[in-house]
Amino acid sequence: MSAPGISRFDLVIAGVGGQGAILASDIIGKAAVKENMPVRAAETHGMAQRGGSVVNHIRLGCELGSMIPLKGADVLLALEPSEALRYLEYLADDGIIIVNTDPILPVTVTSGLCAYPDVGEIISTLREKRKVTAFNATEAAKEAGHAQSMNVVMVGAVSNYLPISVDIMMECVRELVPPKTIDINIRAFEIGRSMAQG
Amino acid sequence: MRKREYMLGNDAIARGIVEGGAQVISGYPGTPSSEIIGTLASMKERDFYVEWSVNEKVAFEVAAGAAMAGVRSVVTMKHVGLNVAADPMMTLAYTGIKGSMIIIAADDPSCHSSQNEQDTRRYSQFSLIPCLDPSTPQEAKDMIPYAFELSNRIQMPVIFRPTTRISHGKSDVMLGTVTENKPVADFQKELERWVMIPKNARIRHIHLLELQKEILRELENSPWNELEIRDDARFGVIASGIASVYAKEALLKLGINASFLKIGTYPVPENQVRTLISNSDRILVLEEMEPVVEEQVRMIAQQAGAAVEIIGKMQGPVPRIFELNADICADVLAEVLDLERTAVPSDVGEDFDYNACRIDLPMRPPVMCPGCSHRATFHAMKKVYGKDAIFPSDIGCYTLGIQSGTVDTTLCMGGSITVASGMYQAGEKKPICCSIGDSTFFHTGMNGLLNAIYNKADITVTIVDNRITAMTGHQPNPGMGKTATGEDTVQVSLEALCRGLGAGFVEVVDPYDLERTEEVFRRAKDYRGTSVVITKQLCVIDAKRAGIRRRSFTIDAEKCTGCRICVKLGCPAIEFDTKAKKASINIMCTGCGVCSRMCRFDAISEVKK
Repeated sequence: MSAPGISRFDLVIAGVGGQGAILASDIIGKAAVKENMPVRAAETHGMAQRGGSVVNHIRLGCELGSMIPLKGADVLLALEPSEALRYLEYLADDGIIIVNTDPILPVTVTSGLCAYPDVGEIISTLREKRKVTAFNATEAAKEAGHAQSMNVVMVGAVSNYLPISVDIMMECVRELVPPKTIDINIRAFEIGRSMAQG
Repeated sequence: MRKREYMLGNDAIARGIVEGGAQVISGYPGTPSSEIIGTLASMKERDFYVEWSVNEKVAFEVAAGAAMAGVRSVVTMKHVGLNVAADPMMTLAYTGIKGSMIIIAADDPSCHSSQNEQDTRRYSQFSLIPCLDPSTPQEAKDMIPYAFELSNRIQMPVIFRPTTRISHGKSDVMLGTVTENKPVADFQKELERWVMIPKNARIRHIHLLELQKEILRELENSPWNELEIRDDARFGVIASGIASVYAKEALLKLGINASFLKIGTYPVPENQVRTLISNSDRILVLEEMEPVVEEQVRMIAQQAGAAVEIIGKMQGPVPRIFELNADICADVLAEVLDLERTAVPSDVGEDFDYNACRIDLPMRPPVMCPGCSHRATFHAMKKVYGKDAIFPSDIGCYTLGIQSGTVDTTLCMGGSITVASGMYQAGEKKPICCSIGDSTFFHTGMNGLLNAIYNKADITVTIVDNRITAMTGHQPNPGMGKTATGEDTVQVSLEALCRGLGAGFVEVVDPYDLERTEEVFRRAKDYRGTSVVITKQLCVIDAKRAGIRRRSFTIDAEKCTGCRICVKLGCPAIEFDTKAKKASINIMCTGCGVCSRMCRFDAISEVKK
């Protein structure tokens, strides 16, 4: 868990290069600045972007380094199920997992080198360890208007837990997504927020 | 009211460059430094000159020339780029500059995107050029205007060294005011200053050494070093750059009472180190990579005849490799202070041990994009030259060809053609075919090609020309007809350039056309001497941005025999169902059509409208 004097809220976002993890963390980071909170974030650029595994750290109310310690995150937001498992060690024992159940098969799987674990089994493994909110965010994004807004669905889901007002979050969604896609993304945010409520 | 913004570290550095009133900015792309010039070049209104240069030595000299003429300049690169620029740097330390000059070299501890994790602070010691080492993106921004002023006062360039976690970290950043006053370029002839013939160099070397006292005095009084002595503590911690925020978090977490010296400059602030030494029985030094601070602290303690115990990485337990973090710092503190230790896995992610998680996770390595033309080039290359051939390669997206079996060496920028030549000159009888990207060829590959041709190396040089500097984030290069700011300029022809360098065999081919590419490779292989094959096809990401849409392909399950030839191409768009023993194409297909040309059963075809 984030510790007093160090950080107010520590969030890890895990996913696959190309899923929009950076935009997701930008919406949250910018919103926190509007709430007058110091923010630190770490991102994956370069090599890892080419379809590789990516992880972003965001620390709200933190003036130290951007890297969240192991077992330090309050929430693990996973845009892809196997990536939730990959970065599970960052999550505090009493932390919460929000996970998109729609898998992306890595080339090691599509080419038949390794097997992708059963998604149901991933979720039940996660449930054994932590409190989990799991849903198909890609389907929810399609419902909102476009599969690409999956990242904003997930931002909506995590917004229930962030120390940031929902109005400011939505203001930042509007400011950061491409202008033509604002309506889709606002719907995506709202669907995601309702998915992880209560 | 001053404005606070959420910014990428490199954007904060770019902002610092604007606030400091820079006039000439040059650089060569390299992770994690690339976004600095990217941000400056994409600004709508600019009152400075900014360029992507062809390599770091060139970029360095452009910035040096500007500073010799009296203006404020910046050169940016990644840490290994400084090796390329080291030649002018070592002597510019002698001549000094007239205006101001900042050398930005971004380090990459843990090699996130690099071939080594060298420590730029060593170059500061080596060249006697002072160095600034930020601990946060805010400090990174604030250090830049200071560095311009310092550089102008001491008439020397200043090194600025962010690391990956600064450059690619994000933070709230308080913006400052933009300097309006800018000096005017007015080069003054001073032969004893600017012409480093031996007679003048000897005098300037003496000057450089004398200047060190003044540099130390300036840095001692700078805001980047902070000393906090606790009267009730005999334990002290010294931490530099980003390690200082990790160290602070670890001290807070463990509730340790310690005096603390945060270091942000090199040379290190000797007086503050001496004060800490005289107030401590034990001192722990926390810094990433080389023991630069630790060595200085040991030296200062010895000069002072102090009996203080100094703990760092020279005799353990602080790691000398990879990034530090708050967990590692806490573990080191616990070990040193005999507190209870909790296990710290070296890294979570690809290398982590997941036995505890019960489910085996598939590896998810970075790969070439679906439809990337490099994949087609490598396929044809391997088929023609054979798997026993030697394939020296270079630095770029195509280094991911390691998965295709066509990357046997990767040493440094431009190191493919030269390594290939050396192997041939050593008497190697196996066929040798190397690969190098367009931007890397312009960087330092062309010198190697000239050398290979001149010295009659019987090798094939493949220039994988995707019309962009892709890996670092799509920067323009001289082959594209665009400058950093998007202005039109001359489009340098790789073909004409290679012929100009003396190549007798130069062929340009579209790698998507597999048959013709193989045919060209066969002729190149038979050619006696240095042959050049240019495989030219737009990077798929740029093709998409340029609005090029190709129809995707599909596999006819009835015709598919499950031979897996297309699967072996390693394209993320091709999947194989191990139960049905059939290949299929997923939505990632960009329509390059390479797999359809490989299929011997005519099972792959374009999706009909």
